[in-house]
Amino acid sequence: MTEELIRIENLSKSFGNKEVLKNINLQFNRGEIFALIGPSGAGKTTLLRILDFLETPSGGRLAFNRLQLNGSQKTDARRRMSMLFQAPAVFNESVFNNVAYGLRIRRVDKYTLEKKVRNALAIVGLEGKERQRARTLSGGEAQRMAFARAIVYDPDILLLDEPTANLDPANAAKVEEMIKRIRDEHGTTIVIATHNIYQVRRIADRVGILLNGELIEVNSRDGIFTAPKDARSAAFLKGEMIY
Amino acid sequence: MSSADFLFQGIIRAFELIFSLNPYILSITGVSIKVSGAATILATLTALPLAFAISFLNFRGRQALITLVNTGMGLPPVFVGLVVFVMLVPAGPLGLLNMIYTQKAMILAQYILITPVITGISLAAIKAVPKPVIETVYTLGGNEKDAAVAVLKEARYGIITAVLAGLGRALAEVGAILIVGGNIALTGSVGGIGEGLSETRTLTTAITSETSKGDISTSIALGIILISLVLSVNILANFFQRRD
Repeated sequence: MTEELIRIENLSKSFGNKEVLKNINLQFNRGEIFALIGPSGAGKTTLLRILDFLETPSGGRLAFNRLQLNGSQKTDARRRMSMLFQAPAVFNESVFNNVAYGLRIRRVDKYTLEKKVRNALAIVGLEGKERQRARTLSGGEAQRMAFARAIVYDPDILLLDEPTANLDPANAAKVEEMIKRIRDEHGTTIVIATHNIYQVRRIADRVGILLNGELIEVNSRDGIFTAPKDARSAAFLKGEMIY
Repeated sequence: MSSADFLFQGIIRAFELIFSLNPYILSITGVSIKVSGAATILATLTALPLAFAISFLNFRGRQALITLVNTGMGLPPVFVGLVVFVMLVPAGPLGLLNMIYTQKAMILAQYILITPVITGISLAAIKAVPKPVIETVYTLGGNEKDAAVAVLKEARYGIITAVLAGLGRALAEVGAILIVGGNIALTGSVGGIGEGLSETRTLTTAITSETSKGDISTSIALGIILISLVLSVNILANFFQRRD
């Protein structure tokens, strides 16, 4: 049975006069990989940023575990989440300290911290790079390190913004494999914003299509590719959409 | 004696004074380091919270404070010296403190001069921390305090450079401390080259007085020490800038 984790109702967001999200209604279930797809500028990143409380919605409701959260509850909720940016920022420290960051601010004991950091680095294939300065990593390595940093404290919800957009195919495949592994092993709910339709086919359970700030369709992965409900969805997936 | 011989002999005598650990030279160097060091510590304790407040808080008068800091970075030392002097003389508003012609007065003048310098450069270092770094702290579950600590860590080399720039300016400053310190040496150095002990005489103020007396060797010795100190501070600052 699916368990609802996040519910979005009538959510909108404007920057000045520009409405970037329009009346979004959506839910995310525990342990699913939900892909938000759409062309660049459709509002995918803004939606993820709202989910992580980096942006405040202009209107509508956002509920976690059926609860609408106030100030301190938002901080608590954020502690159960993690977000990975398309171009991750690295702290000007060692790889180990970067990955350990989330555990340190949670006051995790030294033994557990060491164990979890080494485990996370092993998952992303960066064993042996613990002492290297994070700024000297290649783009692919930095993305994988950021992935390790995001998963090291076992978040319930992982928000991924175009996590493979800047990666070569080999690194992209590794990240996809990690996404599936984290969901399978930890039951993490993963929301991934992407415009890579092939990636959606490979890893998503459900799919939502955003177009000009409007959620035009939510469907299962098979449903969206075999029988899209909206003609615009079909056009977008065939690459025929004119934005 | 040619001018080259005069200079050469001056330099030789200067090195003799330095390497013989002449008490007069040592006391002047000690006062310089003590006054500039104390002013730098106090200025840093003021400048860093100020730079963070300006960077992170949105308060009334913020823009005016930024303008004040920017203006303060170019304050003429003699003007600061004059203001502090007027405040501290017995007839002045702070005359009861009996601080005029003391090292405390010199520290106060240097503090006023270098606080804007350290604040301004720290502010630039904090602003240079990319916004995604701060957002990453939040995405990993951090709060505002965690974000401020992360910014402090990211900007650490820039902040160290700011502190060293303040120290460098304090060491090299002459106008303000000459006015409020009075360039006093106990028993003076009138009896011969390198005599007396400094009370409020620093490397810079001593160079002006020794040169005006014609004691070029002592001036050169003091100049070599001053340049070495300022150079060391700059080498350190460059080292931290490169690390950034």
